[in-house]
Amino acid sequence: MHADPIGVLTGAHFIDGDHACSEGAIAAGCRFVAGYPITPSTEVVERIAERFPKVGGVFLQMEDEIASSIAIQGAVWGGKKAMTVTSGPGFSLMMEHIGFAAMTETPCVYVNVQRAGPSTGLPTMPAQGDMMQARWGSHGDYGIIALSPNSPQECFDLTVKAFNLAEQCRVPVMMMMDECVGHMIERVVIPSAEDIKIVPRRYYEGPKEDYRPYEPERDLVPLMVKTGDGYRMHVTGLTHDELGYPSMTVNAQGKLVRRLVDKLKANAERIIEHKEDMVEGAEVVVVTYGISSRTAVPAIEQARKEGFKVGHVRLVTVWPFPERMIAELAGRIKAFVVPELNFGQIALEVERCAGGKARVHLVSHAGGTVHQPKEIYSAIRKSVKG
Amino acid sequence: MSEELYEVEQSVPPNPVEEFLRMDRMPHIWCPGCGIGTTVNCFVRALDTSGLDLDKVAVVSGIGCTGRVAGYLRLDSFHTTHGRAIPFATGLKLANPELKVIVYSGDGDLTAIGGNHFIHAARRNMDLTVILLNNGIYGMTGGQVAPTTPISAVASTAPYGNFEENFNLPYMAESCGAVYVARWTSFHVRHITKSIKEALAKKGFSFIEIVNPCPTLYSRRNKIGEGLEQMIFYRDHSEIRNGADTKTVGMEFQGKIIVGKFVDRERPTYHGAMMEYYQKKLGEDFVPSEEMRKSIHAENRN
Amino acid sequence: MKQRAREITAEKEIDLMTTSPVKQRKLNGSVVIVAERCKGCGFCVEFCPQECLELSSQYNAKGYHPPVLTDRELCSGCDICGMMCPDFAIYGFMKKKR
Repeated sequence: MHADPIGVLTGAHFIDGDHACSEGAIAAGCRFVAGYPITPSTEVVERIAERFPKVGGVFLQMEDEIASSIAIQGAVWGGKKAMTVTSGPGFSLMMEHIGFAAMTETPCVYVNVQRAGPSTGLPTMPAQGDMMQARWGSHGDYGIIALSPNSPQECFDLTVKAFNLAEQCRVPVMMMMDECVGHMIERVVIPSAEDIKIVPRRYYEGPKEDYRPYEPERDLVPLMVKTGDGYRMHVTGLTHDELGYPSMTVNAQGKLVRRLVDKLKANAERIIEHKEDMVEGAEVVVVTYGISSRTAVPAIEQARKEGFKVGHVRLVTVWPFPERMIAELAGRIKAFVVPELNFGQIALEVERCAGGKARVHLVSHAGGTVHQPKEIYSAIRKSVKG
Repeated sequence: MSEELYEVEQSVPPNPVEEFLRMDRMPHIWCPGCGIGTTVNCFVRALDTSGLDLDKVAVVSGIGCTGRVAGYLRLDSFHTTHGRAIPFATGLKLANPELKVIVYSGDGDLTAIGGNHFIHAARRNMDLTVILLNNGIYGMTGGQVAPTTPISAVASTAPYGNFEENFNLPYMAESCGAVYVARWTSFHVRHITKSIKEALAKKGFSFIEIVNPCPTLYSRRNKIGEGLEQMIFYRDHSEIRNGADTKTVGMEFQGKIIVGKFVDRERPTYHGAMMEYYQKKLGEDFVPSEEMRKSIHAENRN
Repeated sequence: MKQRAREITAEKEIDLMTTSPVKQRKLNGSVVIVAERCKGCGFCVEFCPQECLELSSQYNAKGYHPPVLTDRELCSGCDICGMMCPDFAIYGFMKKKR
């Protein structure tokens, strides 16, 4: 299925990441957005507020992020694709409802244009300090998907992908942007509607009496229905059985929560995406995501000029984490270098998966601005020398 | 003799309520003497005679004893997070305005943690019917104080008695912009049914407060009897004052309860106002969603 | 524009439950009692306008005393009991005339 042409502004644009994200959502078929202003994400909803009345969408600025994060789920059950947009402090407020989306398997998109934290931090300046929160922020065990764009073009492309993954896996999907990528203005090419692949919602179409709302298909994802179509379903955040009825038993908990965690593993192949550059024969591999992937490039090029064999892996999907790829790579190289605008979050995952077979050098940064390439270059040098 | 004129029990009609309930989940979890089940009877009877297409009726509730209502109704129902039934219902309604969306939850859920959402939905005149069961306590979690607990009543987190002024909910709802405000007690079963019917037919934010006994926690801890004693109290101490000034209907501990339909007025609904405004401002450029267009068309026809 | 409500005035409310029972014989109502669901709250007994229900001396599996119809000819089939019952354990109906 391809995008509805009404929402697609085919052509080349010179826009920032936030605006590209809005266009990506519209192209993906998102027609409900509830949001609350917070720097540096506000531009996403501002553009949505302007565009939606012209493309059949409904936008509400809610009274707070908590309302936004659940209103979108109501809209999903009403049959729409829905998204909300925020930054660090709002992301923290939304955590309960991200868990609710995971538990009720409500497909929706949460955009976090990260800024320096903790707390109010530096509202207008970038960081990558919410990466672990994206994965573990809500209480209990569940799985989510997180994508990390590094350019306005990717803000468009990955927002479309986020909606598609949400529908495929019935999970909340986090778009982990950052202030730099969000406010960077670059060329964004929006393809024609026929060239934008959209995954429609997977609806159940069998006889009503046989419908079991939380009975999974082969890929561990159950089929949805829409409110108003006569299925008389029940959706609850309590641990539930296949009928969706609260089932407060150890068995039900084990069955349900295990599946919530496992369904991402089962679908890992089509979720995980990363870009590799000169990894074959490398001694050191720089693992990056988001804006840090761009600041790493001059450092890597300098190191290669000096004869070091440096590879570059850029994570497009950060969660689920590409465990197998990192573990396999660890057996072939000396060290990983992980520059991130935080004090070590994805670096911990790299370390975990490397299993001691390769060292992991973190190039940390409190945020507020991006790394200096020379910081990353020194880390590469140090890790080669051992 | 008298039986000759009338048929004996073979032609017993089924309980009209059962068709609306998930009988496979009975018995429910509510305590003996709790009035929630009573209000469900009223709700179901109102639905039955409302003429609504039940497939298009959705019930959204929050957390708490009253929040469990959603799970027992055989309708599209949503048991959401604590305090957030109203924003969930907002998203549901705006995605498909043809749905009749009812919020059925408790006083703590809707006015403590959910207070912010309550006032804004009323302000916007979101087309929702909100049925709030007020038992003056947080029952599910063991009887803690609520914003509706009257002064001097005892609760587990107010062991010496509550000294905070309690909310006057009809006053709050009216001042926030609700177009229909009524209060009854669980005793007033026929009035509740009638009010729910009116609220369902009414466009905009309709609010019905139902004062309800909590025998296990509120009544027991405050030594005012059980559910039955509370219901008798409601019968003997409530005064029907339709059209009363909501400023005057605050409740005191074991005091007079003023019930009635207090507010019934007209205001444009959120989605009605939205459609009209965008039509005016954007003219031909305005593209409403298919569902929005269908619903406004249906509303205009009625 | 907010308008004050139109017909909301103090109405004369005739409440079936606060009037005295109709002692006429041969009323054609009856009740169905699902004894196992009853939790003995007593609402139906207290609020039956005809005062024709009482809690039985027998008890159900949970130990509660469900109601019984004391005088079949007094039951008007008004279903106040059914509306009051929080456990969906009783409902009233009108028997059909032959």
